[in-house]
Amino acid sequence: MPSEMSMRRVTAINNGTVIDHIPAGCAITVLKMLGVDGGRATPVTLAMNVPSEKMGLKDIVKIEDREISQSDLDKLALVAPEASVSIIRAYSVAEKLQVNLGEDVVNVAACTFANCASHGPREPLPHRLVVHGRDPLQLRCHYCGREQDMDSIVDNLL
Amino acid sequence: MVPAPRQWLWWVAAVNWGRGVAVASLITMDDLSNEDILAVLDDAERLLPVARGQAYLPLLQGKLLGNLFFEPSTRTRMSFETAMKRLGGDVINLGDVSSSSLVKGETLYDTIRMVDGYVDIIAMRHPRQGAAQYASDSAEVPILNGGDGAGHHPTQTLLDLFTIRQAHGTIEGLNVALVGDLRFGRTVHSLSHALVRLGCSLTLVSPDSLRMPSEIIDDLQALGATIIQSEDLAVAIPSADVIYMTRIQKERFPDEDEYQRVAGVFKLAAADLAPAKGGMIVMHPLPRVDEIAPDVDATVHARYFEQAFNGVVTRMALICRLLDIAVPAVPDAGTSTDSGGES
Ligand SMILES: [Zn+2]
Repeated sequence: MPSEMSMRRVTAINNGTVIDHIPAGCAITVLKMLGVDGGRATPVTLAMNVPSEKMGLKDIVKIEDREISQSDLDKLALVAPEASVSIIRAYSVAEKLQVNLGEDVVNVAACTFANCASHGPREPLPHRLVVHGRDPLQLRCHYCGREQDMDSIVDNLL
Repeated sequence: MVPAPRQWLWWVAAVNWGRGVAVASLITMDDLSNEDILAVLDDAERLLPVARGQAYLPLLQGKLLGNLFFEPSTRTRMSFETAMKRLGGDVINLGDVSSSSLVKGETLYDTIRMVDGYVDIIAMRHPRQGAAQYASDSAEVPILNGGDGAGHHPTQTLLDLFTIRQAHGTIEGLNVALVGDLRFGRTVHSLSHALVRLGCSLTLVSPDSLRMPSEIIDDLQALGATIIQSEDLAVAIPSADVIYMTRIQKERFPDEDEYQRVAGVFKLAAADLAPAKGGMIVMHPLPRVDEIAPDVDATVHARYFEQAFNGVVTRMALICRLLDIAVPAVPDAGTSTDSGGES
């Protein structure tokens, strides 16, 4: 089965997280979102432009010794809403997580429009982006109503 | 004849039962259905004699509006104040913001929570887009958006719609030419949406550099709008039922010459109106600079001063609506269907 084959392209991990079905070319963004950078001591494996039945091409990321959390998943929804996430313990899949994109994306990213009222310093209300379209993902700010710039939203993650 | 005040007091007390129920705010025109819009216009029409001081109807007696202007706009602020006072309500002004604590680092949230405790309804203007929604999420009382940055200004849209319906008796089926700065002018953005929702066709007349943003045109076309775009005001005049002029701001141009060249084309003088339909009206959100020559004022087409006055009646109707106070027929008004041309 093709997905098994693609998984084998990169080394299996002992403990950690495998994120599959990332849109091709977005793996680096996903790592950035999850705060995974060169400063880590444990291996991170990345496969880009892997053939996929479902997506044509896809990226895969494997992060050793880190189990991603629900808030990580919320962030992931912004670039990889179709991603399937497996938590690996002792070389086998311990849990399968689904990226879930609700109607609202609350306190995941700040509005990309610079003059939005939600940017005031110390303003206490949550950042809220409303899902306006899913394929491709379109978000609008609950407050200012502006269509979000999906290329720069990664820089606005909270 | 106006009924005895006591009758009204009873009525107002009965309707105002129970403050603290979740209330709606008016942040964008999307907060109103087409039926809501027409109902507000109907209410506003009934309130015309009250706005003119020909009848007294203290529907808002005992009610307090907080005018919260984080950037100056004397005419919008005065219009809210007049609307409230004509209906027997009172107003506290919480701007001039530059001299208050609002600039000393207080959050919008805290300011709203504080004012919220003082008043029954807040009218606000703020330089940041989204501020009205943010305030509405922070407040228990309704918020009337009087302009938020480059965002929305729904009370302006409603007074524009009122003016158009007052002149033509209807909004549906009219051909409205929007002229001038269609790119940055927030007034024309929300107005164009509302006009299309209510069945108008639009002619968008602007210099190429100040065209209506394409995403707005896409939205309008998705609503089924018929839209013509042009850079020539003269060709739009004969078929227009409404010519809505806006100001082209000098700041939008790299140099004075370019500004003069462009702005000169989008000026209207009485002589230009010869081919216009008899009932065509010229509107402008004011203040104008020189896009409408003074000689237009005396023509039958000029409507911009009534338009400004109509801000009072529409705001009266909106305040009543947000406070859940029904507007009754004004007894013996006798003027509720006139054209407003006498003011
Ligand atoms: Zn925003």
